[in-house]
Amino acid sequence: MSEGGTPGTRQTSGGPEKERIPFWQRVCDNHFLLLFIGVTMPTVLYILWGVMELVGIPVAPQ
Amino acid sequence: MAATTQFRTCPTTGLKIDLAAQSLIKANAVAAVVFLAIGGLFGLSIALTRWPEIHLLPVDWFYMALTAHGLDVLLCWIIFFEVAVLYFASAVLLNCRLAAPRTAWVAFVLMVVGAALTNVTVLQGESSVMFTSYTPLRAAPNFYLGLIIFAVGALVACGNFFGTLVIAKEERTYEGSVPLVTFGALTAAIIAVFTLASGAVILIPTWLWSLGYINHIDPVMYKLVWWAMGHSSQQINVSAHVAVWYAVAAILLGAKPLSEKASRLAFLLYIFFLQLASAHHLLVEPGISSEWKIFNTSYAMYLAVLGSMIHALTVPGTIEAAQRKLGFNKGMFEWLRKAPWGNPAFSGVFLSLVMFGFLGGISGVVLGTEQINLIMHNTLYVPGHFHATVVTGTTLTFMAVTYLILPLILQRDVMFPRMAQWQPYVFGLGAAGISLFMMGAGTLGVPRRHWDVTFADSPFGFEFPSAAFMMLALNGLSAILAATGGLMYVVNVVASVFFGKKTADKPMKVAVPVSTSGQPAAVGAYGSAGSLNIPGTITLVTIFFVSFVLYYYVNWKYLAEVWPLR
Ligand code: HEM
Ligand SMILES: [Cu+2]
Repeated sequence: MSEGGTPGTRQTSGGPEKERIPFWQRVCDNHFLLLFIGVTMPTVLYILWGVMELVGIPVAPQ
Repeated sequence: MAATTQFRTCPTTGLKIDLAAQSLIKANAVAAVVFLAIGGLFGLSIALTRWPEIHLLPVDWFYMALTAHGLDVLLCWIIFFEVAVLYFASAVLLNCRLAAPRTAWVAFVLMVVGAALTNVTVLQGESSVMFTSYTPLRAAPNFYLGLIIFAVGALVACGNFFGTLVIAKEERTYEGSVPLVTFGALTAAIIAVFTLASGAVILIPTWLWSLGYINHIDPVMYKLVWWAMGHSSQQINVSAHVAVWYAVAAILLGAKPLSEKASRLAFLLYIFFLQLASAHHLLVEPGISSEWKIFNTSYAMYLAVLGSMIHALTVPGTIEAAQRKLGFNKGMFEWLRKAPWGNPAFSGVFLSLVMFGFLGGISGVVLGTEQINLIMHNTLYVPGHFHATVVTGTTLTFMAVTYLILPLILQRDVMFPRMAQWQPYVFGLGAAGISLFMMGAGTLGVPRRHWDVTFADSPFGFEFPSAAFMMLALNGLSAILAATGGLMYVVNVVASVFFGKKTADKPMKVAVPVSTSGQPAAVGAYGSAGSLNIPGTITLVTIFFVSFVLYYYVNWKYLAEVWPLR
């Protein structure tokens, strides 16, 4: 990571000790993780689940 | 690369502005306004056709105009403007250079070419399939091709947004977390990626089908995937316009969000759940289980609605806290009475906030509930609902912020300031009218997308109550008002951009100028207001909730009367 420090910690301006950044703030700061979640959730729950239901509809006899 | 980027410093906000980003914002905003003008005219013409006494257009023109209207306003106007918002929220707010200006121009050209191609194809008359283009209705191949090119362009623009976020982080142009407005724009961009990808997944095979290479597209499959685009794109709008609400409050009033945590949580709920609500478009489709429908529309959607409820509290709360800090502290509502109502950026945002919540939000939850949806499905209530969200909400907000973009980014004074002052009220009233009266007509059973509800030469007549005709007439009158407000906006923006006086490099008058406060502008900074003294907002939100609950239950009652249990 470009910050230099260990992931999830940030140098405070005051001193050398690291301040622990809250979990949800780290999630919010990880833009590509959010992108991944934001695309995966609807793909799985809406599209894939929906497609599975449609594929399961029996075809009418000719 | 970075060395060749040219910046200027904004005298009002102190932000560093990449000149390439500035030109791109200008190009995209101008393109947006052009499509709004075209689409708005189509809107007026269809509203006048649905007014039975006027019945303006012949039937084939009506469906052509309806198709063009949906495309030009919902896709072109809004997405071009959103691209401008994305560049603003990344490059400008983060004091950063835009990742790839050349590619951004390529994106712009693709979007213009795609939009033009689809428009021309629609006007040739063989593609009046409406913007949903449900199969087996078949448009000419270039209809789909144009949309695909447009979507690719928009996707490239989103890529540029993400690229800029990466560069800003690497070059450390901001500290800590990105500002809230950028986070809102990020939400919009994430939803946009899913939206545009779904669009490509469905439109490419449909295009091939219209060319004759594929011989069957399953209609329900089409609807399922198409609405992943069609509905999610509305969620891009919501995220983007909520971000703009925070931005305008921050720029004009120096407002800091009531609570960064709460507002970010609300956007996070959007990212996680908002797109699932696409399922409400398939509520009456056979062949799909109730589990899928109810999970996606009710359970998931209520979590997203929770996000909106948070914004409904924090946006006005943010404004109230800022106003109180400026000294408007008397009683419950001095902050609201003494707000800058003469500034179109403020009045537009506040009107949009109220109308989006009361008209759009409440009707949206009603339509999104499987059971009560059935009373209004496919009636004019549906366009009534989404004109409240996408016109009084998104469109009015984007209009409002234009009055700030003109001087701050495009460096032009607004040419006709008095016209600008009136514009949000005229447009807002008209837009509220079309929403309410279409909802009214829909409640009385009038179908959407219908050329002639008098059934003049149909073998099977049907008589709607006369109140329904009155609603349609009032809708027509409101449409004239909205079109007037729209014209006032378009004329002012085009005149100002091309012939307006260049702003002298002086700061704009705002409540908390950076030059005296010695702090970075609120719009580009992280941090909460630190005050929770917002009695006025609490009162307003309580009124909102009570109306919401009452209206919701009235509809259940109404449903019970449709199918009486005796
Ligand atoms: C002057 C302003 C406007 C007027 C008078 C207007 C009026 C109308 C009317 C009468 C309909 C047709 C309803 C029907 O017969 O089913 C319609 C449809 C629609 N409008 Fe508007 N509108 C305006 C602005 C907008 C804007 C700004 C947007 C989007 C940002 C928008 C989005 C739509 C969409 C998506 C449809 C649905 C088209 C379809 O059913 O395929 N409108 N509008
Ligand atoms: Cu929807």
